[in-house]
Amino acid sequence: MITKEQVEHIGWLARVNIDEEDAFEFASELSTVLDYFGQLDEVDTSDVKPTYHVADVMNVFREDKPTGSLEQDDILANAEEIQEGYIKTPKII
Amino acid sequence: MLDGLSDIKNKMGSSSAEEVVASYLEKIEKSDINAFTCIAEDAIDQAKKVDSLNIEGPLAGVPIAIKDNISTKGLSTTCSSAILDGYVPPYDAHVIERLRKAGAVIIGKSNMDEFGMGTSTETSTYGPTLNPWDSERVAGGSSGGSAAAVAAGQVPVSLGSDTGGSVRCPAAFCGAVGLKPTYGAVSRYGLVSYANSLEQIGPLANRVEDVAALMDVIGTYDNRDSTCVKHNAGYTDALQDDVEGLKIGVPAEYFGEGIDDNVQKLVWDAIGKFEDMGAEYTKVSMPNTPYALAAYYIIAMSEASSNLARFDGTRYGNRSEGENWHMMASKTRQEKFGAEVKRRILLGTYALSAGYHDKYYLKALKVRTLVKQDFERAFEDVDVLMAPTMPTPAFKIGEKMDDPLSLYLSDVNTVPINLAGVPSISVPCGFSEGLPVGLQVIGNYFDEATIIKAAHSFEKNTDHHTKLAGEVV
Repeated sequence: MITKEQVEHIGWLARVNIDEEDAFEFASELSTVLDYFGQLDEVDTSDVKPTYHVADVMNVFREDKPTGSLEQDDILANAEEIQEGYIKTPKII
Repeated sequence: MLDGLSDIKNKMGSSSAEEVVASYLEKIEKSDINAFTCIAEDAIDQAKKVDSLNIEGPLAGVPIAIKDNISTKGLSTTCSSAILDGYVPPYDAHVIERLRKAGAVIIGKSNMDEFGMGTSTETSTYGPTLNPWDSERVAGGSSGGSAAAVAAGQVPVSLGSDTGGSVRCPAAFCGAVGLKPTYGAVSRYGLVSYANSLEQIGPLANRVEDVAALMDVIGTYDNRDSTCVKHNAGYTDALQDDVEGLKIGVPAEYFGEGIDDNVQKLVWDAIGKFEDMGAEYTKVSMPNTPYALAAYYIIAMSEASSNLARFDGTRYGNRSEGENWHMMASKTRQEKFGAEVKRRILLGTYALSAGYHDKYYLKALKVRTLVKQDFERAFEDVDVLMAPTMPTPAFKIGEKMDDPLSLYLSDVNTVPINLAGVPSISVPCGFSEGLPVGLQVIGNYFDEATIIKAAHSFEKNTDHHTKLAGEVV
């Protein structure tokens, strides 16, 4: 069973603010789903390697040649706040 | 029967691309099924260009709907989320570049579950797409808009994306054809990532031949996606009405608890039809199937928690007020993400967090290996696997929204395919109480040709795909 406090902590880690009412609801919903996930404990995977990627693709290289990139104006076009060619955010520290 | 690409080509003999596109825009305008999040203002101009420059690409003048998580330069791409409302990408996805080169007209963006998270298109911030066969029922998800638009005749073809069944599910619920290609067969450059190790862009249409034609256009190598694989395409070459000697495997685990009796019967009838056509079937076992759903959701949510970290209100999308960056980002994500997206981000973060990584994420990746081995073993003896696409016909709007787990359980027959990365196509195989049912034909890696051939043969020898909403009771 996942607690309300745990939900709030995960919310902080994931940068999703969770208010108290939502935390109760999420705690109940997430617990049900985590219980369901628990069925994987039945599977013996002691000698099984994980599959991170289904295709046999390894080390995709290309020539080290510069290619075009998006224009600065195009990048800034979707930002909510810009200043002197930069994206502006509230203070971080 | 709704128009396919061949009908449009015939029309283009006597009409202009502009007239063809205008007629589809009119159908969209008159519709109330909420299949689109936006219509391209330049759709008519795109068509005029096809006419004036005499463009003769394989899709010249063909209107196409694009799922709203595929980047279209100059045209809004929101993933049906409030956090991206108003976002206009500065570049085209690989598949869009290919479509434009082939002469297609991007007519608009289709509705979807927010960021592809859902099985019903109910989690869209723009409201659910209604099923053209019954407006009280869901269109399926997450590419619900793409499937409904095709099934309602608003476009002849569309693109969706399939992370755990998101092309095949709405295809089955709406009576359309939907293909999930082999992982790596279609470039994901420009697809807004939800779960990058699972998802593939795939075509939807009312006929198998149109899905193949779209694959010939979009299924080309692209070095901007490092998971894209060079392979032999020739999808339309596979359009042969011939299944003589085809070996079909029927996995018992895909007909288990929760699969509606009518759905099972219709799929078995379809397999019987294949026997009549010269194919043979054997029962096979894929013993790790019962664990695929849990493994899938752990991997998908873990990848989602990482991929969606980019949506913080800084570089694009909407921003909420906050006294510092952390507060701004946390509040933005609280206010602009829907409940299902938050649920999955939280579960994914939990599954990856210290102390739980091995129990959930690593364990799921190991189970993924076992599921993949089930497919590899099965394909040593058979050419294709056949099973129901969805356990039931389309359910009612709102029916599963208060119970996330019950919604996840709907994906039981589609997610193993994404875990393994093999291709799979859903084709209409009959009707249960007036609602379409899909037959899923699953193939070996990069063997789309065999499943396209099987699906095309089935279509040529049955009439399920010719039925229109309202004609079946």
